[in-house]
Amino acid sequence: MGMAAESQFHVLAVDDSIIDRKLIERLLKTSSYQVTTVDSGSKALEFLGLHEDDTTNPSTPCVSPNNHQEVEVNLVITDYCMPGMTGYDLLKKIKESSSLRDIPVVIMSSENVPSRISRCLEEGAEEFFLKPVRLSDLNKLRPHLMKTKSKDQHQKQEKQEEKSAFQSPKQQQQEKEEHQQQQQSSNNKRKAIEEGLSPERTRPRYNGITTVV
Amino acid sequence: MERNPMRRQLAIMRQSLFDQGYLDEQFIQLEELQDDANPNFVEEVVTLYYRDSARIILNLEQALERKPFDFNKLDGLMHQFKGSSSSIGAKKVKAECTLFREYCKSGNGEGCTRAFQQLKREYATLKRKLEAYFQLARQAGPAETACCRKE
Repeated sequence: MGMAAESQFHVLAVDDSIIDRKLIERLLKTSSYQVTTVDSGSKALEFLGLHEDDTTNPSTPCVSPNNHQEVEVNLVITDYCMPGMTGYDLLKKIKESSSLRDIPVVIMSSENVPSRISRCLEEGAEEFFLKPVRLSDLNKLRPHLMKTKSKDQHQKQEKQEEKSAFQSPKQQQQEKEEHQQQQQSSNNKRKAIEEGLSPERTRPRYNGITTVV
Repeated sequence: MERNPMRRQLAIMRQSLFDQGYLDEQFIQLEELQDDANPNFVEEVVTLYYRDSARIILNLEQALERKPFDFNKLDGLMHQFKGSSSSIGAKKVKAECTLFREYCKSGNGEGCTRAFQQLKREYATLKRKLEAYFQLARQAGPAETACCRKE
């Protein structure tokens, strides 16, 4: 009996609508993902291991990491319009968290609002799906998940290179390694916006429906 | 081609739901998610929809009793209803939701009231038709296609 060597990706789905939760769960399971569904942004943060501070001081970070998240989450897919914490708020909190910022986030919305879409993408969302979400939309998730996996491998590689650089204390070599590391991290990081939007990024992905400006 | 006459009747009923505009493509998406492991998926989703819709309709009724109308709140409720209707492919109901929201946006209270009555009628019709459809599906027995029910 052969066992699959590849471990399943775990997706956290967030939606206040019970119908949409059932739907997204089925879609994700059909695509062979492990799924957890929650009905709010605050429950999502709880599941991810973040707890909000009670302080309302804007200068302090509003979430404090609580050790490490108990269960590994490889992707968060969230509805935009939710009471209390919106999907956008959730996205922001995830991207502001040092422990969670590398988790890819996808936003879903029933409304095709171009400014909303660009705001989410600029904040670091990988994709923006128009509802109702279809199986074909979920095919777009895999590259983002694979990127996370290869990024982990890259980071391990970088750490090894760092080690060897320090062992041979040549200033030039060190600078070279650092420069390479910077290039690699900027390729991997989703905040490529600071370096200017790549052509792919500027085009919002929403199933090819024409934007009405 | 279905040999079972009930299955054929079921297929005709199903087709007319699409032809008459009660259901759209999204319903087919739901059907495609149904399989041997999840043989009642569509009916389960639709049942959730009935329950959720009953809740929203009640909330709308209560909100429409308060004068003056809180159009923001009404619009918010209708946004939910539109969303769930869209998710199951309830085409006509979705259209009524859109109309209601337009009246909300223009602050037209009378329009909202009328649109709500029309929406309730459409919803009731859809519910009746879907209930009949699933009842027939249960009676018709397992299909020759992949959507098999466990005996």
